Amino acid sequence: MSWTFDNLDLIREYTLNHARLAIIPILVSFLLSIPLGWMANRTPLLRSVVITGGSLLYTIPSLPLFVILPLIIPTGVLDDTNLVVALTIYGVAIMSRSAADALASVDQTTVDAATAVGYSSVTRFLKVELPLAGPVLLAGIRVVSVSTIALVSVGVIIGSKNLGYFFQNGKQRGILEEVVVGIMLSVLLALIFDLVIVMVGRILMPWTEESSARGERATRVRVSPIDAGVTSADD
Amino acid sequence: MIEFRSVTKQFPDGTVVVEDFTCTLPSHQTTVFVGSSGCGKTTLLRMINRMVEPTSGEILIDGEDVSTQDKVKLRRSIGYVLQASGLLPHRKVVDNVATVPVLNGVAKARARESALELLDKVGLDRGLADRYPRQLSGGQQQRVGVARALASDPNILLMDEPFGAVDPIVRADLQVELNRLQRELGKTIVFVTHDIDEAFVLADQVVIFRKGGVIAQAGTPAEILAAPADDFVASFVGADKGKRDLHLQRRGSDGGLTLVVDREGRPVGVLGSKDGRPGGEGSAS
Repeated sequence: MSWTFDNLDLIREYTLNHARLAIIPILVSFLLSIPLGWMANRTPLLRSVVITGGSLLYTIPSLPLFVILPLIIPTGVLDDTNLVVALTIYGVAIMSRSAADALASVDQTTVDAATAVGYSSVTRFLKVELPLAGPVLLAGIRVVSVSTIALVSVGVIIGSKNLGYFFQNGKQRGILEEVVVGIMLSVLLALIFDLVIVMVGRILMPWTEESSARGERATRVRVSPIDAGVTSADD
Repeated sequence: MIEFRSVTKQFPDGTVVVEDFTCTLPSHQTTVFVGSSGCGKTTLLRMINRMVEPTSGEILIDGEDVSTQDKVKLRRSIGYVLQASGLLPHRKVVDNVATVPVLNGVAKARARESALELLDKVGLDRGLADRYPRQLSGGQQQRVGVARALASDPNILLMDEPFGAVDPIVRADLQVELNRLQRELGKTIVFVTHDIDEAFVLADQVVIFRKGGVIAQAGTPAEILAAPADDFVASFVGADKGKRDLHLQRRGSDGGLTLVVDREGRPVGVLGSKDGRPGGEGSAS
């Protein structure tokens, strides 16, 4: 444990930096994927462009991407921005497909009903389709979150200061403890992110979380004699 | 008053669902479109609030062509109830009912207040207001659907097989309830169903469809039962099998009760006094 205690400050700094480097790509890829997913559900052509495009993006090896990015965007070769942009690209690659599936998963009857009662198409998208796509979007962003946290480590080869440094440094110097700490903190970080995402999902989508727990209570109330009297016993 | 004038609908693949349909639906009455699936009745219903646009012909509400009106505004001014209620699963019951007033810019608190009153009106306990739709039974959901359609106090209610997904007992209950509401509210209701008995229970005017949106017969339930226009209508209402040809029968063994039997002698019920109490319990249908 000596290495750990000697390097607590470094560990804290790199862990926080790792988290920071992961948060931005996760959020940005989520936001970018929604219009892409919307487009994918407009025409079959757009769908194949978005889905195939996403898959192709994901096949770009990370190392060359890190090297090429500074040539495309005005950043220094060792700038963390390169890493953030690269991770966003991978995030979008995964998430655009999820978003397309999520929006397609919304029950057409519900969408029709919303149209019939007088939602305009924009309001309907924002207030009905998007929230109802929520559970599938959530599943997608959880995958993006884990994958992004894992990929941040790769950034160490372009000088990013994150948990990946401990893998590399520990291996070079033969300090097993350092490698283990790096791995454990990566896993822990991924778990915390996942937990936060799930909690945010529960807060934003109470109708999914409560359904099973309160369904039973609904049944009880339905058969209670008082209710049966008041609601003319329609069950 | 809703008027269909030579309305035709042809889908892009060439199928003609409705051809040259003309019909007038009087105000403050319930008109039921009945026919088997694919006869175009739902398409016609959906043309009223422009969910479907006719290929030719026009639809007028109180003399005004719907095609000249803004779709979204038009839909908000017409109540719509559909099968499986079409409630928004992510909104609480009270917010579902308040949907249209809120879309129209009514303050949320006030819209919810009125929504609670509407729950009373359709016979739902206010305790259900904070539930999500899937926590309700099918019958309760359907009542919420009706409450939502009434929320902006529209003149017209469109009902697209609203009670199709609930069991027969609940359905009968909902039909009675709808009749009670209609006596109170006097809306212009257009109701679509494939169930002729449901049509007869609810309708002031019944329109029976053949395939292709062609009217087989239109009239009051009594007119149709008394004089089916042709074999198709007769078979559709069940008159061909003698099901509607009823007469009374007294049997010694039944202790003086008067049975109602059909042409084949199958008992369909017991003749009772007007307050709904037959000489015994229930009916033999």
